[in-house]
Amino acid sequence: MRDKVLGDKILTILEKNARITAKDLAALIGEREEDVAKEIEALEDSGVICGYHTMVNWDKTDNEKADAFIEVKVAPQRGVGFEQIAERIWQYPEVTSVYLISGNFDYAVIIQGKSMREIAMFVSEKLSTIDGVLSTSTLFILKKYKDHGTVLEEPRKDERIEMS
Amino acid sequence: MRNPLNSFIEDIPPSGIRKFFDIVGEMDGAISLGVGEPDFDTPWHVREEGIYSLVKGKTFYTSNAGLKSLREAITGFVKRHYGMSYDPEGEVLVTVGGSEAIDLAFRAMLERGDEVIIPEPCFVSYKPCAILAGATPVTIPLKEENHFKLQPEELLSHITDRTKLLFISYPNNPTGAVMEREDLEKIAQIVEEKDLYVISDEIYSELSYTGKPHVSIASLPGMRDRTIVINGFSKAFAMTGWRLGYACGPERILHQMLKIHQFAIMCAPTTAQYAAVEAMNKGDDDIAEMREAYNQRRRYLLEKFAELGIPCFPAQGAFYLFPCIKKFGMSSEEFAMRLLETEKVAVVPGSAFGDSGEGFLRISYAYSLRDLKRAMERIGRFVKTLPQ
Repeated sequence: MRDKVLGDKILTILEKNARITAKDLAALIGEREEDVAKEIEALEDSGVICGYHTMVNWDKTDNEKADAFIEVKVAPQRGVGFEQIAERIWQYPEVTSVYLISGNFDYAVIIQGKSMREIAMFVSEKLSTIDGVLSTSTLFILKKYKDHGTVLEEPRKDERIEMS
Repeated sequence: MRNPLNSFIEDIPPSGIRKFFDIVGEMDGAISLGVGEPDFDTPWHVREEGIYSLVKGKTFYTSNAGLKSLREAITGFVKRHYGMSYDPEGEVLVTVGGSEAIDLAFRAMLERGDEVIIPEPCFVSYKPCAILAGATPVTIPLKEENHFKLQPEELLSHITDRTKLLFISYPNNPTGAVMEREDLEKIAQIVEEKDLYVISDEIYSELSYTGKPHVSIASLPGMRDRTIVINGFSKAFAMTGWRLGYACGPERILHQMLKIHQFAIMCAPTTAQYAAVEAMNKGDDDIAEMREAYNQRRRYLLEKFAELGIPCFPAQGAFYLFPCIKKFGMSSEEFAMRLLETEKVAVVPGSAFGDSGEGFLRISYAYSLRDLKRAMERIGRFVKTLPQ
């Protein structure tokens, strides 16, 4: 049986800092290292923790990258609802996120490609030709200000002075 | 030319913290663990209220005691958090930081010849402020073996016929010590027996990691009319630069404090007051989140000091640890200076907070875990070179 309180503490910290070691994490929350390591393993095995990623600000490298947010409208199919079309979309490695959403369209799809042209080609050739897709609308991301809770800005200098 | 200065002021030495850190500012690649203010930004919704007040042209003086809405928000907060009731009319005064409130309380209550008892180690301004008020500070050197809590017998042995005031500050800067209800009860009893008054600087009240709510000495039986509680927004809401604090206490004393404030200051900054209303009414979650972050760092550092074999009493408040470096056979100033020179890590020598701070260092954990980690690696490297 997993320890929910311990699990939640671990998840809160790991969500912000995936690289922290079990030892440091245990020190932060005042638990034993082996208990923390065991709990992390259990969280991974059960799929609660489903991956560890590095947030990269590609704009600060020489690599060309483009991202787009695509609104997709579909005709849901009898028996399988939205699931089947979603799967046909998420299978593409270019697709980084697929969400079913409320409102004027059905899926929000985020695509990462080498260029805007590559993304445009992907949408017209692959995405919009999937059975059941009625229409797409491509919104290119021009600049990222904040992503995954992190503001993408120059590291700030500590301006505090020692006086109290 | 005649000497333009007041010799009384000239005799007061400058703060021991600044002196040391002028060197740090000029050093490349130094890591400081010396700062005594939060590393968080003021929560956005609080800053936004300040901005909004400017947009709406709220740029005039407020009443001397502070905005009525802020005084009401303060009494609501104090009731909700510490179970104490004050009247927003006459028992609350909004000041320019807790520091001004301390100065006002001293000046309103002390006169020449009065003695004020100040346990040390403590924040650097208490003694000079007492002297500026014309009183005589009497310090009590607190002991690590008592976890830097004021002991009843220590208090008793320092009381004379001229003792009027006891000044306490828990959770404490620089030790991180906390006094809990049962500790304070013994002190309160003596205060009442000896007919003393108390100024209690509780600026770190929201940063207590005992798992229990902060207890103000003013909330103990018989103490409300004998205590001026000083608090503020700097530490709990990461609002140091807004310069806003407050005092709560009996009207008889507050009324006189208000008079000094009125003539010396007029009123606390208006923009800050509007922002503070938001903080008091809707900032409880922000406090909880920051407190948890500090507490994690505190546990982390305690473990690191244990690993390095540097004794450090388990501080339960504020955002400081106060490790003992006596076993290395040098003064805290020498230790701090050599640590700075060899590993470029800046810490405050405990002696800056009174003679009884000698042999200790003040380590602030108002820093990111990344900074703390790097600093502790360097400190570890440094102590390995020392004879144990």
